[in-house]
Amino acid sequence: MSSVSSHPQSLKRHGISRRQLYENLFLVCGFMATLIGILMMLALVASLAHDGIARIAPDFFANFPSRHSEKAGILAAWVGSLLVILVTALTSIPIGIAAAVYLEEYAGQNWLTEIIEINVANLAGVPSIIYGLLALGLFVYQFGFGNSILTAGLTLALLILPIIIVATREAIRSIPSSLRDAAYAMGATRWRMIADHLLPYSSPGILTGVIIGLSRAIGETAPLITIGALTFIAFLPPAPVQTEFPFISFAWLGSPFTVMPIQMFNWVSRPDPAFQQNAAAAGLVLLLMTLAMNGFAIALRYRLRKSLVW
Amino acid sequence: MNTATARTRPDPLPNPMAIDSIKIAARQIEVYYGSKRALHGIDLDIYAKSVTALIGPSGCGKSTFLRCINRMNDTIATCRTTGEVLLDGENIYDSAVDVVRLRARVGMVFQKPNPFPKSIYDNVAYGPRIHGIAKSRAQLDEIVQESLERASLWKEVKDRLNDLGTGLSGGQQQRLCIARAIAVSPEVILMDEPCSSLDPIATAKVEELIGELMENYTIIIVTHSMQQAARVSQRTAFFHLGDLVEVGDTEKIFTNPQDERTHGYITGRFG
Repeated sequence: MSSVSSHPQSLKRHGISRRQLYENLFLVCGFMATLIGILMMLALVASLAHDGIARIAPDFFANFPSRHSEKAGILAAWVGSLLVILVTALTSIPIGIAAAVYLEEYAGQNWLTEIIEINVANLAGVPSIIYGLLALGLFVYQFGFGNSILTAGLTLALLILPIIIVATREAIRSIPSSLRDAAYAMGATRWRMIADHLLPYSSPGILTGVIIGLSRAIGETAPLITIGALTFIAFLPPAPVQTEFPFISFAWLGSPFTVMPIQMFNWVSRPDPAFQQNAAAAGLVLLLMTLAMNGFAIALRYRLRKSLVW
Repeated sequence: MNTATARTRPDPLPNPMAIDSIKIAARQIEVYYGSKRALHGIDLDIYAKSVTALIGPSGCGKSTFLRCINRMNDTIATCRTTGEVLLDGENIYDSAVDVVRLRARVGMVFQKPNPFPKSIYDNVAYGPRIHGIAKSRAQLDEIVQESLERASLWKEVKDRLNDLGTGLSGGQQQRLCIARAIAVSPEVILMDEPCSSLDPIATAKVEELIGELMENYTIIIVTHSMQQAARVSQRTAFFHLGDLVEVGDTEKIFTNPQDERTHGYITGRFG
């Protein structure tokens, strides 16, 4: 009798310890998986910093590339990156938001809308070099923009457009319909409702999408090499602000350029190990640029969200 | 006569002169959601400067009817309305009618308080701004103060007009929504269960407010609470399954209903 009654007991206890074992096993596995991400990131930054920190000095930012590794700098690259991203932001943000607002608020539920939606989703998955080929044919040769900052900015804008559209649509969808009703009941037209309510309230979400998109664009290399970005450049584009009338010049849009990742790529492919140090330093700067953009976005989003309660 | 309160004044229904005081006349209103017919040819007269309560079980079409009066159903893609709603004799479904102007004349307060996530001031100033009512900042300030005073909210918020409207309590938010609605001086105010998400004290405040607003506005209120209908309204319309079953003097509807269904509903046998 006793053995019969004790048998299920021991079985139960055995079952519990086994379950606890699995529980703990998964905990360890999960923790390890999380660590991989963190450790990789730390290793990456540490390695770049170890190799490149010695090169981080004012000269490095103020010098053009050079045959001598110790004189070489990233002036052309960071100015180029900044100007290309400026063009990208100025074109992709308004177009992306407008497209998202149209799809969410104006487009009817018909086959055309569905085709557009499927296409937008697919565009997000197109390899970036394909955009480079498109830009080479369209912007460089067809429109005659040449291998310029304008071409590069527009190419990257196309690349990140789906990201901005998808993020903006999500942000718009998250606004409670009761607020739309309130605006309409006050006599707002659709456009007023969008401008006064939808866009301001969805701005944190839109901002997140924009920053994710721009962070991706600033690190893109393949499409820019395809459209003919230079790898060795010893001049700056014409300044956008002139001392003579009309003071503002758009000549820089047509200027040849290079960007940070291409500069890095160029240095990495050199045999002289001193250039590897330059590449690491440039990588560190690029990483910091991206992190700074993300940090700025998070701070701004936090500020905007504080005032949005419903 | 001056001392007589609004609530005890004689019901205008039996008086032939009452035709003059019909503010809204619905004629054969039918509403379809897709192929489903939600309202079956409603004919209903709403009297000016009085409170009309729409009661009935859930899904009976009373909110749908309310939303016909400021054409809010237009914002629902699958919704189609036929028939006429005459506001001061003019059909608001006429193609020449500007919905923006209509909604300035017919304001609305919703079931759940829905202030904009903007400041208290901007919430109230929104209507006057989009309709270009105020000529100057001083005039806008005046409209905001007057609207908040009429909504019995001024004393509570006058020192924090720049705080977020969404930071107020539920009852205050609903009164803010009422202030927002009356800031454009509408002629009619539609209220869709305005107290259903409020506690009893906030409800009492809003009901008291409705009694005051009746002096200047025509009010139509949808409510699930029959006590509320009895407390605030002069006329009551009972809806059931998309039909207008009975309409009349509130006292008569609650004490001597003519229709069996009305009787069943107000005595709590269904609903």
